[in-house]
Amino acid sequence: MKSRLRAALPPVVFGVAFFALWEAAVKIFDLKPYFLSAPSKIWDQFANNKSLIWEAARVSGTNALVGLLAGTVLGVAMSFLLSRYRILGDIVTPLAIALNAIPIFVLVAVLNNMYSITSEIPRRLMVTLVVYFIVLVNVAKGLTQVSPTQIELMRSYAAPESAILRKVRVPNAVPYLFTALKISAPAAVITAFVSEYFGGAQNGLGSRITSNIANSKNAAAWAYVLGACLLGLAFYLVSIIVESTATPGGAKRISGRSR
Amino acid sequence: MSTVSVSNLSKIFNEGKANQVGALVDVSLSIEKGEFVSLIGPSGCGKSTLLRLIANLLEPTSGDIVVAGKSAKQSRLDQDYGMAFQQAGLFDWRTVTKNIELPLELKGWDKTKREARSREMLDLVKLPEFADHFPWQLSGGMQQRVAIARALAAHPPLLLMDEPFGALDEMTREHMQAELLSICAATGTTVVFVTHSIPEAVYLSNRVVVMSPRPGRITKIVDVNLDGHCNETTRERPEFFAAITAVREALRASGSHGHTGVGVEDR
Repeated sequence: MKSRLRAALPPVVFGVAFFALWEAAVKIFDLKPYFLSAPSKIWDQFANNKSLIWEAARVSGTNALVGLLAGTVLGVAMSFLLSRYRILGDIVTPLAIALNAIPIFVLVAVLNNMYSITSEIPRRLMVTLVVYFIVLVNVAKGLTQVSPTQIELMRSYAAPESAILRKVRVPNAVPYLFTALKISAPAAVITAFVSEYFGGAQNGLGSRITSNIANSKNAAAWAYVLGACLLGLAFYLVSIIVESTATPGGAKRISGRSR
Repeated sequence: MSTVSVSNLSKIFNEGKANQVGALVDVSLSIEKGEFVSLIGPSGCGKSTLLRLIANLLEPTSGDIVVAGKSAKQSRLDQDYGMAFQQAGLFDWRTVTKNIELPLELKGWDKTKREARSREMLDLVKLPEFADHFPWQLSGGMQQRVAIARALAAHPPLLLMDEPFGALDEMTREHMQAELLSICAATGTTVVFVTHSIPEAVYLSNRVVVMSPRPGRITKIVDVNLDGHCNETTRERPEFFAAITAVREALRASGSHGHTGVGVEDR
């Protein structure tokens, strides 16, 4: 407990110092609010607009969550297909990795044209797509990159392919799935925000940030940014908690792989 | 009746292709019940290939293999042998007990029977207090002992081992060799053991099969008579050194030791 406190101390001190410096800089150099708002002003805006921010966070958060779940289910399903039919994997995996490297969320502009202007579907589709590829690449790796010794062992037990899948490939892929979730949880939130920049209903955190900036309400925009940070953090924390409850000693298992 | 009978066995990898490799040529070998036989030779001499052919993890190009009176395939399907590798190959997500129970699960044994057997095996390898540990919590030597317990869990008449102690340090290795001999004495298991260590082969075996560099063939079979081995003084006896010399000379005669000297250790 004491060592944990000691580990937390430096980042906390740094954070406090950072905001103090920011506050001081705004005061000393008399920075105008349209240039940079003071943290105290941002906090006021955050406290005053709590319910509005919460409402916007709920919209963006729901989009992120729906996309996260849909993308995970689709990604896992596809990775099973890929590991079963290797030819398919040889075709799709390089494509998935390539797509992962380009900012495909700009597709949301195209998707927006396909649905009504107030629909949340394009944003959710976008999140689904981003999460899908992250989950697909990782879980497929977990299903296929199994130790050759373990496969030989299973063959020496005359185990059918279905038993190898159930007893070796799937458990081997579990830590990979959680790694994928840890990457895709924040990515889902970011994608949900950015999707809102491309038009559609003005109800989420991302669109509130742009509309407040457009109205020169800088401190309010920053308050929504703070809300966005908290939402992303919440998603990440939940993914870590899910991992540690689902796989006891999960982190240890990956770092301390037995020979 | 011999437990393993191999006759005129040849194995060519990638036959008919540009990268064709002759791994084994005309190998014949008969291993009696309860015997401990080591296969020794330089790296790439096909000793592991021979072991995998006996295990039916590979198909021979030509020749016959009979294991426990059946075809190699049938004896694999019947789980007539247990196997251990250089890597323990334990499953990280299973406890020690669950690892040992895996071959029994695949045989369709019920839970009580499996648990009783895994307890028995843990006693045999002297790890009863680690039943509920996970593999990553054990040392390399302990992991290898669990792997041996797993290989023997179904009480197979035959144990096939591919350099199982290769990754262990010298002290642990000698300790494990003695343990393996006492386990085999207790269970009457026939063992085929691949190694590249001459003293290890001599210490463990009734017979040491010396193989030539690729394409592998059997150049000599050295009989080792250390009657009643299995104690600490064995390694200090003149017969032990005489057998080591005999194996070393056989390796040298097969062109795999001394001048070329690749892959065979004197330790």
